[in-house]
Amino acid sequence: MAVFRMPSLGSDMTSAKLSEWLVQPGDRVTRGDVVAVVETQKGAIEIEVFETGTVTELTATPGAELPVGAPLAVIAAEGEETGEKTGGETGAEAPDAPPVADRPVVDVQTLPQPQTGGIAASPAARVRAHDLGVDLARLRGSGPGGAIVLADVEGATSAPSPAPEQPRRSGLDFDEMRRAIAGAMSRANREIPHFYLSQTIDLTPASEFLTAHNADKPPAERLLIGALFLRAAVGAARAVPQLNGWYEEGFRAAETVNIGVAVALRGGGLVAPALIGAEAMDLAQTMAGMRDLVTRARAGRLRNSEMTQGTLTVSALGEIGAEAMAGVIFPPQVALLGIGAPQTRPWVVDGTVIPRQVVTVTLAADHRVADGRLAAKFLSEFETLVYCPERL
Amino acid sequence: MTPEEIRNAYLEELVTVAPDIDPLTVRDSDHLQDDLELDSMDVLNFVTALHDRLGVNIPEADYPLIATPALAVDYLSEMIALKKG
Repeated sequence: MAVFRMPSLGSDMTSAKLSEWLVQPGDRVTRGDVVAVVETQKGAIEIEVFETGTVTELTATPGAELPVGAPLAVIAAEGEETGEKTGGETGAEAPDAPPVADRPVVDVQTLPQPQTGGIAASPAARVRAHDLGVDLARLRGSGPGGAIVLADVEGATSAPSPAPEQPRRSGLDFDEMRRAIAGAMSRANREIPHFYLSQTIDLTPASEFLTAHNADKPPAERLLIGALFLRAAVGAARAVPQLNGWYEEGFRAAETVNIGVAVALRGGGLVAPALIGAEAMDLAQTMAGMRDLVTRARAGRLRNSEMTQGTLTVSALGEIGAEAMAGVIFPPQVALLGIGAPQTRPWVVDGTVIPRQVVTVTLAADHRVADGRLAAKFLSEFETLVYCPERL
Repeated sequence: MTPEEIRNAYLEELVTVAPDIDPLTVRDSDHLQDDLELDSMDVLNFVTALHDRLGVNIPEADYPLIATPALAVDYLSEMIALKKG
């Protein structure tokens, strides 16, 4: 018997509301099947099952707000007795601590120290508040000089908190999403020592390749330059594995490249789901995958694996707009490639200045993991690939 | 198809791609990217939808010719007529 639990939903989402079950007791499920839909700050997310077997019991009820790690269902592996009741073991049990990867990495030393004018709180209280998602500004301190101590934080969570009781709108709630972005980006800026390297690349070969490729294709088979950029970023991430992975308690390189795609949502907000399996895709598959991901991100229907398994994110400004972007890394990843809007600029080709379409790419990297040499290698590999699109 | 029918089809597919747009507020001179804030993926999805609905394969070079409802009605009328002829 395996207890199926609320999976991780991204480093800064600690709970979600179960909105519906897509399976019933007695249904057979295979690892990777979507079995439930939950509502989060980033819209509805489809939850995939990790086990293969038969659903014997649904322990969580739609409508319930559940922390990451809370039991959702019981799944009997193949060959196991399926009629068996599991008893009180699963229902009332406190959720297990989420796996390390889901925990915000908090080091007391790196947390802001109490300052005059700021909120006075003990380091232990700050860590606990961070873990529990408690806003220190809303607490009354009982420690010396009104400082917030651990007991104040823990007291605050046992009292009913108004936040989870507000019904979340179905679909996308841009205020909620803004709060989620604020949490993730504040953490990134607080914890990650970013550094940036930029490179401007001549887009002529890529543009010519795309024009030729798309000329005789119906719209459904056309490629966008964004797909070329994603494919080149996958190649660069493979060439520099030190930038492809996650920083938790130290850096862990990913075994594959699941390239993250920052998707701006109409009406505001941003999500950066991962294109799972991007390493094995060719250009057409990358394009189809990107199209599907953008469509589902905008409809608010992503999967939990897409929210958590990205290894390096690409954020592109699109066709029109600013020429460069130095972005904020999406924790726990360690690098983000910002791609500006292509511009026509004077460019030197064979000793002559001519107008060329160029793009400036800026790699933000985590200095705990890498230094300039590795970032330069990444950009050099990216440029080489964009320059030879037929190799993508 | 009459110009009015083409304009309606254009707006219906536009709203499918960008559901937050109110078709009643779209002016004939509104530009897909500059005014209605479609990105390249939206434009591609829109062109795909027009292809499926009207049977007109709009090449990339002609994207500027469907950039506003006014331009698109002229361009699509001509393309539909060519297809029949």
